[in-house]
Amino acid sequence: MTNPSTPSDSVTPRRAADIVNASLKRRYAKERRFRLIGAAAVGLGLTFVLLLFGDIISKGYTAFQQTYIQLPVTLSEDLIDPEGTRDPMTLARADYMTPIRQSLRQFFPEVKDRRTRRQLNSIISVGAPQLLGEEVVADPALVGTTHEYWILVDDDIDMLVKGYIDRNAPESDRRVNDQVIGWIDRLEQEGRVAKRFNTIFFTHGTSREPELAGIAGALMGSFYTLILALTLSFPIGVGAALYLEEFAPKNRWTDLIEVNINNLAAVPSIVFGLLGLAVFIGFFGVPRSTPLVAALVLTLMTLPIIIISSRAALKSVPPSIREAALGVGASPLQTQFHHVLPLAMPGMLTGTILGMAHALGETAPLLMIGMIAFIVDVPGGFTDPATVLPVQIFLWADSPERGFVERTSAAIMVLLAFLFLMNLAAVLLRRRFERRW
Amino acid sequence: MNAWTLILLLLAVMAAAYNLGRKRAISGAGGIAQIKTLHSLPVYYGLYAALWAGIPALLLLGLWSGFQDQIITALVSSSLPPDIVNGLSEGRIGLLINDIKNLATGNIVSSTVTPEIQAAADQFARLEWIASGAKWLVVLAVAIAGLALALSQTAPKMRARNRVETIVKGIMILFSSIAILTTLGILLSVVFESLRFFHSIPPLDFFLGINWSPQIALRADQVGASGEFGAIPLFTGTLMVSVIAMLVAVPIGLMAAIYLSEYASRKVRAFAKPVIEVLAGIPTVVYGFFAALTVAPFVRELGESVGLHVASESALAAGLVMGVMIIPFVSSLSDDVINAVPQSMRDGSFALGATQSETIRRVIVPAALPGIVGGILLAVSRAIGETMIVVMAAGMSANLTANPLDSVTTVTVQIVTLLTGDQEFDSAKTLAAFALGLTLFMVTLVLNVIALTIVRKYREQYD
Amino acid sequence: MSTVVEVMEKTTGAMSSAELAGEQHSRATVGDFTVADARMACREVEVWYGPKKAINGVSLDIGKNEVLSMIGPSGCGKSTFLRCLNRMNDTIDGCRVTGSILLDGQDIYDKSLDPVPLRARVGMVFQKPNPFPKSIYENVAYGPKIHGLTNNRAELDALVESSLRKAGLWDEVKDRLDQAGTGLSGGQQQRLCIARTIAVSPEVILMDEPCSALDPIATAIVEELIDELRSQYSIAIVTHSMQQAARVSQRTAYFHLGDLIEIGETNDIFTSPKHRLTEDYITGRFG
Repeated sequence: MTNPSTPSDSVTPRRAADIVNASLKRRYAKERRFRLIGAAAVGLGLTFVLLLFGDIISKGYTAFQQTYIQLPVTLSEDLIDPEGTRDPMTLARADYMTPIRQSLRQFFPEVKDRRTRRQLNSIISVGAPQLLGEEVVADPALVGTTHEYWILVDDDIDMLVKGYIDRNAPESDRRVNDQVIGWIDRLEQEGRVAKRFNTIFFTHGTSREPELAGIAGALMGSFYTLILALTLSFPIGVGAALYLEEFAPKNRWTDLIEVNINNLAAVPSIVFGLLGLAVFIGFFGVPRSTPLVAALVLTLMTLPIIIISSRAALKSVPPSIREAALGVGASPLQTQFHHVLPLAMPGMLTGTILGMAHALGETAPLLMIGMIAFIVDVPGGFTDPATVLPVQIFLWADSPERGFVERTSAAIMVLLAFLFLMNLAAVLLRRRFERRW
Repeated sequence: MNAWTLILLLLAVMAAAYNLGRKRAISGAGGIAQIKTLHSLPVYYGLYAALWAGIPALLLLGLWSGFQDQIITALVSSSLPPDIVNGLSEGRIGLLINDIKNLATGNIVSSTVTPEIQAAADQFARLEWIASGAKWLVVLAVAIAGLALALSQTAPKMRARNRVETIVKGIMILFSSIAILTTLGILLSVVFESLRFFHSIPPLDFFLGINWSPQIALRADQVGASGEFGAIPLFTGTLMVSVIAMLVAVPIGLMAAIYLSEYASRKVRAFAKPVIEVLAGIPTVVYGFFAALTVAPFVRELGESVGLHVASESALAAGLVMGVMIIPFVSSLSDDVINAVPQSMRDGSFALGATQSETIRRVIVPAALPGIVGGILLAVSRAIGETMIVVMAAGMSANLTANPLDSVTTVTVQIVTLLTGDQEFDSAKTLAAFALGLTLFMVTLVLNVIALTIVRKYREQYD
Repeated sequence: MSTVVEVMEKTTGAMSSAELAGEQHSRATVGDFTVADARMACREVEVWYGPKKAINGVSLDIGKNEVLSMIGPSGCGKSTFLRCLNRMNDTIDGCRVTGSILLDGQDIYDKSLDPVPLRARVGMVFQKPNPFPKSIYENVAYGPKIHGLTNNRAELDALVESSLRKAGLWDEVKDRLDQAGTGLSGGQQQRLCIARTIAVSPEVILMDEPCSALDPIATAIVEELIDELRSQYSIAIVTHSMQQAARVSQRTAYFHLGDLIEIGETNDIFTSPKHRLTEDYITGRFG
């Protein structure tokens, strides 16, 4: 026992107040420091958001425009359609490269030797003839005439015009040499070089050539995958939530299911890829690289999210609604389907949209199940080989060409735009139907 | 003749069944006027018929589609002439079967086509044709049989509603067990393949080995044919990237949560909280791109400007970006648990003359600690399992190093590397990916279960 | 002063029934709200929550070494008023206090005055026991530690012990000081909270219905403790139990809808209330 007369035993109020006052300055300094650290953390978080978006947008906005050069191209009938049938097949397969090159050469008559000539030809994109062919197929009357056409240029020239190539760098370090730069400058002075809206980016599948690469294939792949994933996961998720929340007895088994669902929501996504590879592809023989198998994997991935949010929505419907319905003689199932489910539906839909947004951005598990394959064609169904938007981004990000950097960023912007729209829909849905009981 | 047409056709049969069942119930009762004599509303008789017509047929279709390929493959491979098969390894036979399939469907074939293989391919195509035709017939027959059965049972006294409800409940139970089936599927797929892997590589070599160079042996006598599967460099690489990520995410996330829940005005909170949470909605592939093209070069230049050698794919760059990705995860979980600390704790501390930071540091954070720790564990599990950022920014070389400026590789990167590209499904190389997957699944499972239990206990404490 | 009170008495004696039901009418206090040796002196205190007025011109003194109890029907503003006395209302958004509250002659709402040292001088015990999720020792040591009241571990130990002794808890917990404070019984928790408050050597202790969450036995122990603490501290206690007010306090104030209706010696209030509202409340006509 301590002697009660020790001075520390009873600090007098007066002395205590003095001590407190003396310590205040130091304590408030600490307080300010702490507060500052907190504000700095929030500031850092906001800065990261800004940096990320700023970086992507500044890298990618130029991809929405593409450089073309205007050339007067003579489509002589002898070359394009010697038999004069105007058969679309003949028109599509004709050689358009030669007239384009001829036209280009007229601007630079000084180019004589083969090496320089090849360099001059490299200005034109390898895809330009096909694009010209499409124009001719659409309007066969063009055969035999000379017109000014906007001709697609190679990605290196596109980069040069967009200013991504440092003209002051030593010539050997550049993808475009001084001679080509001179040609382009001359064309530019004549007003024959222009950046036009990049429709190819939205209408074409991927390509090894940046200037011909588009996201249409990946977008359609994502579309098919999501539609299928939605039709599978929504009914299953809602059904499971309804059973677990409203009908299931509380026992070990349902406890296990509950723990299991919570855990599945936190399992690394790549593990779902392994599951898809071993079970869906390896065991059931679902065709690889298809929206079908991607949708199956994504369904299993998003189910926990949908089930958890649907159960929360069901929980928020007050018991009085159920009692009222049961009270007028509705069966338990009728009570659920006629009364509880409609009230919980906005919450369930919100959860489902967020789950689908998650699925739209998912990449890792899809790499396992072959969505990584190089597929040029735009898929036309659930069992066509396809890729999806995030995987396309991954593939492009890996490509060494400078032209793919801006296209990757642009594809990211498109992906983020879709995610933004989905989240916006979820928020609006929640606001519109939010009820306070 | 594809499966989608068949499914559409089945849906049509179901719609017809619904109508027939309803009409039959009404006419059985003696017309619309006598409808009161029915046990249930006519709708339920229709639903009953539709369910009977649709569900058995759909189940059969699913099973058939799942197993048809396997059965035909088994039939074809068993009928291959023994002189072709003898002396071939399991993997070579697999390639042969693949060739046969490709030949049958008109794809490119990797080896020369012998008459035997051509014959097998023809047999394959024939069986496939027969099977598809049979599938249509049998599935439609089952649908109509189901419909007939339901109609034959339809009578005014039949308790249609109760039967329909039993079926619907059964379907819901089936749906709920999909979650369990998923876990089971994950376990089975990774465990089986891992066992096969550990059959050829001893587990100790895998878990304790320090050299990782997974090669496939094309010929037995090849130099360096036996790949090395020591996973320690992958574990340390994963650990390093995760630690860097947590060093970024925990302080920033936690302090941001504290500031926003304790200090910030309502306006600041309403703005900053959702903006920071935007970080959680950005796909990981975007972070990967950001890490590889912006942060990694930046870190490299920064390091070089102070005379440090930085690998172009450094663990630091990947870890930093992963940390940014995890910030909202830590902050929103911390925000939840901090808000769950009762106001009376704050009042008690303020009433003793504590300043706000003293209250936060000495009362609120200790009180919320279990919840915060649970949230951090969940974040760690997420960092360990994160794939795209490290695939794009951390590199492939399995260095056993403690230098964050070096390039490291992680478990998830190796899984992706081993399983993408064309290769046999059974080589030690692909199987190693499943062994890594098993390790990853078990580690994250343990972390998740611990974390979720802690968080749940914490919630109950203040409920 | 007394003449004013007399005048007020006359007016209140003639109150209409409409006014009784609680009209927006500022009522004057019946009884002498001053004491000779005041520790805290409140004059014309008004509290606003946004546009809503919660306390309506209340004036009263809290004397040294006395227990002042505040009673009244729920929602009468007695807790709000109590929380003004150590500026706990500062933590509530949109809360505004006017009038003057003096502690030892110093206005606690003065702009230059800092609520942190103020709260060390005016301690508070809450309705529900709220020990921190720490050990018993740490709960009591928390205040002295943050304020730096002791110089070493021995002094802190002694301070913790003396505080627990004053709170009458020492004998029950001396062997388990390192166990969680939340593991104690409700009554023990509340005495722990009192010990925690005493440990920073306050001059005034505010108690907001400290026994409302306790069983009768625990309540009796806490009431006894309050009576003992009077020798060292000024105590203001809000209670909904008139018996408790009668047992522990020397003076009693009756609040009604934000007004201080009547104040005086506890005995007088309970035996001969002068205001009809007070009488109705005490005789159990409402409340």
